[in-house]
Amino acid sequence: MRFLWRAVRGIHRELLRDAAALALAVFAIGTSFGALAVAAGIAPWMAIGMSALIFAGGAQFLVVGVVAAGGSVTAALAGGLMLNARHLPFGLAVADVIGRGWAARLIGAHLLVDETVAFATSQPDRARARRAYWTAGCLLFLAWNLGTGIGVVAGEAVGDPKALGIDAAFPAGLLALLLPSLRESAALRVAAAGALVALFTTPLLPAGLPVICALAGLVAAGRRRR
Amino acid sequence: MNWFAVLALATGTYAFRLAGPVLRERLHVGEGVQRLLTLGAVALLGALIATSALADGGQFAGWARPAGVAAGALAAWRRLPFVVVVVAAAATTALLRALGVR
Repeated sequence: MRFLWRAVRGIHRELLRDAAALALAVFAIGTSFGALAVAAGIAPWMAIGMSALIFAGGAQFLVVGVVAAGGSVTAALAGGLMLNARHLPFGLAVADVIGRGWAARLIGAHLLVDETVAFATSQPDRARARRAYWTAGCLLFLAWNLGTGIGVVAGEAVGDPKALGIDAAFPAGLLALLLPSLRESAALRVAAAGALVALFTTPLLPAGLPVICALAGLVAAGRRRR
Repeated sequence: MNWFAVLALATGTYAFRLAGPVLRERLHVGEGVQRLLTLGAVALLGALIATSALADGGQFAGWARPAGVAAGALAAWRRLPFVVVVVAAAATTALLRALGVR
């Protein structure tokens, strides 16, 4: 576990602070998930298990939504898997950041979420990207599961995150993390193209596919400048 | 919802997550491919930002959310600290909703 010790030693306060800010938002959404899951009839331990084993907000809320609407378990499973398919290209992109040892890979893979990828890609070099990934990953995993646990127990006492505008915090946070990378023109073109493709396909395709289609935006990448 | 489905979703998701790092080990990718992979992540993140700012499921998320994201984007563009960006976005959206904007 030497990689973990090395990562911890180098953590900068700034990184910790930024990750903590997002972790707070993740915590709030986690409580919402816990409360909603229980309200939809999912057993408390199952909701907690979902957050620990799946650790993917989008898919988890989709499952709760399908269950609450009385849909089939198969539909929930299929939807969740489609939503999470984007983790494959994400994993390919941050493979070198996660690390080489089997422990790093096995644990690091579980911490792969949109936000940890964004944190990693926002850093200028690999060492910092690795620290960012693991710091954010561990903090967000803790926040998500703690939030779920509290949401499951507190139930109705949990407020509506939408009233606090937390649903705007995530896109804004991701944008703040992505912005430095967008100074490179190829990245800007690809991000814009990807966004447009996803937006156009959102009304047409089931959840998860529009974002995958964004990879078509890579045609805007152009040639590598030497 | 049963445990089989939870474990199936967990396993499938984990397989997606692990596949990347495992595959990268086996395929020695050059700089050009690495660049495309990184740009691929950028494309996905751009798509996530746009869709989560504007859409809720398959529908429009209302005006309050994109307005909040825009406020956060402005703060980010002005290089304000990350915490300020996140708080500005949430606060703007919360304020608009409190004022009755959907």
